[in-house]
Parts: sequence; C-alpha cells; structure tokens
Amino acid sequence: MSEGTTKQFLYVNRKAPHGTVYALESLEVVLIGAAFEQDVRLAFMDDGVFQIMKGQDTTGIGSKNFAPTYKALGDYDVNKIYVEKESLDERGLTEDDLMPLTYEDEDDDWAEKPSIKIVSRAEMADLIDSSDVMFNF
Amino acid sequence: MKFAIQINEGPYTHEASDSAYQFTKAALESGHEIMRVFFYHDGVNNGTRLTTPPQDDRHVVNNWADLAKENDLDLVLCVAAAQRRGIADADESKRNGKDADNIQEGFRISGLGQLIEAGIEADRLLVFGD
Repeated sequence: MSEGTTKQFLYVNRKAPHGTVYALESLEVVLIGAAFEQDVRLAFMDDGVFQIMKGQDTTGIGSKNFAPTYKALGDYDVNKIYVEKESLDERGLTEDDLMPLTYEDEDDDWAEKPSIKIVSRAEMADLIDSSDVMFNF
Repeated sequence: MKFAIQINEGPYTHEASDSAYQFTKAALESGHEIMRVFFYHDGVNNGTRLTTPPQDDRHVVNNWADLAKENDLDLVLCVAAAQRRGIADADESKRNGKDADNIQEGFRISGLGQLIEAGIEADRLLVFGD
C-alpha cells in the first residue's frame, strides 16, 4: 500500500438496520477501515437513519442486535457522523430518537463530544461531492 | 485509469455481477487497469465452482474466472461474508472443520482490508449493487 496516502472515505448508509444484511456488513467495513488511518465520515439517510435509533430490540426477529456497536465508533476515531434532516422529517423522527453517539476529543482534554451532526439534503450532496471514496450500503 | 470494483450481489438474482463483468471487460479492452475485484455481501456467491446454470444461459462464475485468467485479475471474496454464506477454500474449510470447499479457481479469500486498500490505491472504486 502506498504509504501516507490519506483519502476522504464516506460510508453512506441508506437501508434499514434489519430485513437485509447491508447495515451490519457496512458497519464491519467501517470498523476494519478505521485501522487504515483515513479520513472517515459516515452518512445516514433514507431508511438508514433507523440504524442509529435508540432502543432497538431484535428479540422478536431472532437476528443479531448490533446497534450497541455504533456506540463504539468514537473509540475507533470514527466521530464524523452526518444524519440527513429530511430523512428524519420524512419518517417522523428527530435527533432525540437517535442514540447519543459521542467521542472523546484528545485535543480538548478528552472532553466527551457529540459525533452526530444533522445536515440538510443539500449539505449531504456537498459531503458526497467532497469525498474521494464512497461506499454506498 | 486504475479501477477497483466492488460487487455486492450474488449471481442470477441480480444483474450487479453481470454489469461489473461487462464494465471490467470493457475497461480492460480500453487499456485501463483493474487492480482488484472485491466481492462482498451476497457477492461472494459469485465465487463458488458448484454453480451450474442451464446450458443456454451465461455462466457468471466461469466468466469471471476466465476473465481473471486472461488478464491476471485479482478476484477477492470477503472472508467474513464468505463464512456466513458457506463459501470456503481448502484452508478455510479445514480451519472451520468443514468437510468440503467450493471456491472457484481464480478467486481467493481475504479480509475487508483488501477493500479499504483498493479504495486507497485505485483512482476510482466502482460499487455494483443496490
């Protein structure tokens, strides 16, 4: 691998957490990718916003509840998480319905800070435009 | 240009693998480089040699294997995705205590790091799937 290459990676999550495996296997790519010291950003839009909702319980469907793993993203230095406002609005959700994902800022005496930023659809387009590598799950 | 390809869907149910194949073939014919083809999600099912389509249909798995042989392509199946879906080479089969393997010659099994590395090294990463 070429040493020292840093690219803007954007993981776009558009699907509901359960029903298909895409959300889980996307998260696995993010966790592995975190070891590569790239500039990583996560985006949640469309039904993808359900992936980071509070209070998920998969007991009734027998599949793995991987929602708690999102809370570990901060420890992997994945702390730029963008959620599209229009997608929340269209589903009757607000930021309060989402898990409070945070990270500890090493440049600010390890203060705990929110990783989630709510952005407009237009801002999301800019994020996509400014990325070098985009994974769409 | 140096391309990397990601395929997220299995053969026959979805056209993703066919489209990726056609793109890869056309890109190579135009003198571009395909540095890696990475199979993820159900895409790992493109790498089993047990695939037996009707004779009047295309053979998606063999198409990839033949193209790889002619062009020295790097066809990589994600190990975690492959384990979930029962795709194994001899080593994986042994390691997991299975009685058989089914990987098609020309494919190899490796980790997700290969996908990230492809994203870093290629000029463009193209993702085929929904």
